[in-house]
Amino acid sequence: MENREQAVKRRLTRRHRASRWFRRISGLALLLAVAFLMFFFYDIISTGWSAFRQAEIQVPVSYTEEVMEIPAMAVPEAYEELVSRGWIRLLPRQMRENPDLLGTERREWVVASAPVDQYLKGRYATLDDEQRALVDQLQASDQVRLGFNTGFFTHGDSKIPEISGIWAALVGSILVITVTFLISFPIGVMTAIYLHEFADDNWFTQAIEVNINNLAAVPSIIFGLLGLAIFINFFGLPRSSALVGGLTLALMTLPIIIISTRAALAAVPDSIREAALGVGTSKWRMVRDHVLPLSLPGILTGTIIGIAQAMGETAPLLIVGMIAYIPDAPSSFTEATTVLPAQIFTWAGMPERAYTSRTAAGIIVLLAVLLTLNATAVYLRRRFERRW
Amino acid sequence: MRVQIGMSTQQTLLIFLASLALLSAVAFLLGRTKASQARDNGQHMHSQPGEYGQFAAVAVALPALLAGGVLVVLETFGVLELAAGLPAWVGVGAAALGMVYGLRRIEPELRARNQVETVIRWLLIAASLVSILTTLGIVVSILFEAIRFFRLVSLWEFITGTEWSPDAVFAGGQGQFGAVPLFAGTFMITGIAMAVALPIGLLSAIFMSEYASPAVRTAAKPVLEVLAGIPTVVYGFFAAITISPYVVALAEFIGLDASYKNALAPGVVMGIMIIPIISSLSDDVISAVPNSLREGALALGSTQAETIRHVVVPAALPGIISAALLGVSRALGETMIVVMAASLRPNLTANPLEDMTTVTVRIVDALTGDQAFDSAETLSAFALGLVLFVVTLSLNLVSTVLVRRFRQKYE
Repeated sequence: MENREQAVKRRLTRRHRASRWFRRISGLALLLAVAFLMFFFYDIISTGWSAFRQAEIQVPVSYTEEVMEIPAMAVPEAYEELVSRGWIRLLPRQMRENPDLLGTERREWVVASAPVDQYLKGRYATLDDEQRALVDQLQASDQVRLGFNTGFFTHGDSKIPEISGIWAALVGSILVITVTFLISFPIGVMTAIYLHEFADDNWFTQAIEVNINNLAAVPSIIFGLLGLAIFINFFGLPRSSALVGGLTLALMTLPIIIISTRAALAAVPDSIREAALGVGTSKWRMVRDHVLPLSLPGILTGTIIGIAQAMGETAPLLIVGMIAYIPDAPSSFTEATTVLPAQIFTWAGMPERAYTSRTAAGIIVLLAVLLTLNATAVYLRRRFERRW
Repeated sequence: MRVQIGMSTQQTLLIFLASLALLSAVAFLLGRTKASQARDNGQHMHSQPGEYGQFAAVAVALPALLAGGVLVVLETFGVLELAAGLPAWVGVGAAALGMVYGLRRIEPELRARNQVETVIRWLLIAASLVSILTTLGIVVSILFEAIRFFRLVSLWEFITGTEWSPDAVFAGGQGQFGAVPLFAGTFMITGIAMAVALPIGLLSAIFMSEYASPAVRTAAKPVLEVLAGIPTVVYGFFAAITISPYVVALAEFIGLDASYKNALAPGVVMGIMIIPIISSLSDDVISAVPNSLREGALALGSTQAETIRHVVVPAALPGIISAALLGVSRALGETMIVVMAASLRPNLTANPLEDMTTVTVRIVDALTGDQAFDSAETLSAFALGLVLFVVTLSLNLVSTVLVRRFRQKYE
């Protein structure tokens, strides 16, 4: 008997130990997911942070006649590799716009070239010893500095890393999202209202519902194929334009908005509908004056989440041609446009190392926008959520 | 068949819509005035004056939009040849006729509210047709182009061929379109992703719903949601720049040879992307398991882990499987991570440290190049898209059915 009791006790200890281990392992899994997120943010921020600062260099600039022909003549030869080619290239235009500059000579702070920038940030740089020595010497006399990189927010894309920026992509993203919102929000809300408030439960309604749920899970790249075949090849809308990109993303966002709007409508208790109908309002007025206002926070939350998702989407936009090289911000919906995620993709594929930190900086901006949107959605939900 | 969107078309459209809005507004005001005058004269009106105004506005806008729309559609499909701007003029004409008709119809017996609401109802129905049309558009466009592809390349070769080299078309030879290496790469990366996502996602869900205190739960849920909100292009950059070199270094450390475009890095990162899908869906189904089951198991003397493993998880299994299927469907269709971190080279291998390509990578590659739209390579993207669409659709359907069966059990 003694033996058996001991065996049971032993087994019990083992089982309890196994139980504790299971708890630890499942906690570890959650910890792993959280740790990954931390590492991810650390990695992206540490890679991208330096791109918000840009090396500038003080050089003597002489605006002579020759500069109009050979812009590089404006700076002493030793500095030629140290200042940005993008700045040098703009000199003739600057001189044409300000004729007074001709014949003057002055010291100016100008954008330094990418190798100087990388060198100052302590990374591998393609400078020879002489150039290094010069930069060191300039640094000692405070003629080289790392300043806030305003150009990153005000320039468009460029093949010269130090003067490339996200402005064009930001404007493009706003244009595309405007189209997406204008199409998907009204149609999505109207569909949800019809399905939840008006439709009878018949095969037609059920077909629409199954269809919407499936659309929500279709891979985004398939929407790109649809956009290419229908909007571009069939309707002949301009390739790479904000219009086509926005329409494609609108079809992708539509199911998300419909599903969340339906959930918001379903959360409004029937007593409110019955009260409205009971005093003789028509069905549409009941929806417009009572159900919709009450479910509006929920609808907006779902819409913001859908729009945020569309804003981070890249794959379908690649298919409809939105990876064009766009140096200037687009000014209409039919011009060739790029968006922030597509710009990140383009930069990620650039061979120059200077683009790596710019890519990560672009990612930081994108994540900041998306997290703000999502936080707004969560705030809306918390602030206006009503339990009935 | 092409509509040229020139500046003039845009302007015409804008002017048309603006004049329509103006006419509708005028009709609304006139209709409301007429109705309220009639009411002031002591007549008993069926609806409110504003509703008569709405009726008049609809009588203006509806025929105009219909007439203009029908003409534009006919022109688009080449049935009619019309002078530029004619649809807009016809539309404005229809609007004017509608205004006369709408204002004349305003009488005490007219059920303006009912009429307007019928129109609204039809508008709502039209809106819900858009989602149907989207599906139809996907099916038709992909199917149509895929059929054109299969006229050039036999279906059998596509499904069973082991060599994918579409570029050979340009070298003068015949392009090879055997998709097996692409399928293999896709399944390899999906497999790696699920090997990461399934255990971590499921165990996190178990921890959150069975063990965690409410405080931990409310802190951990948003973290996982953030993971779900990170754009895939960002994950792709992370996989290519950060994880891939680690994989190579690790492989070197244990004496293996890894490519910088190995399948492991995108697979692992994709797995991390899928964790929140698995965990949030599993969390829902595990929380939906009634407490009586847990209490029953605990009362019989099982430990908490045994209760979870032998009672809670089996009860939630259909939901968990459906979450896993959704995860697989996401992994199969994921594009940016593999475009950025996986290779372009079709490679039939079982070694995840080698470079492999996937279906989605080749779709993007085929459509972002400079090929003519009807070249076999461009069309092959649609054939691959068709396969992807059919497979993910079936996975989603199975998953939906599973969830539905499961829900019925406890309600």
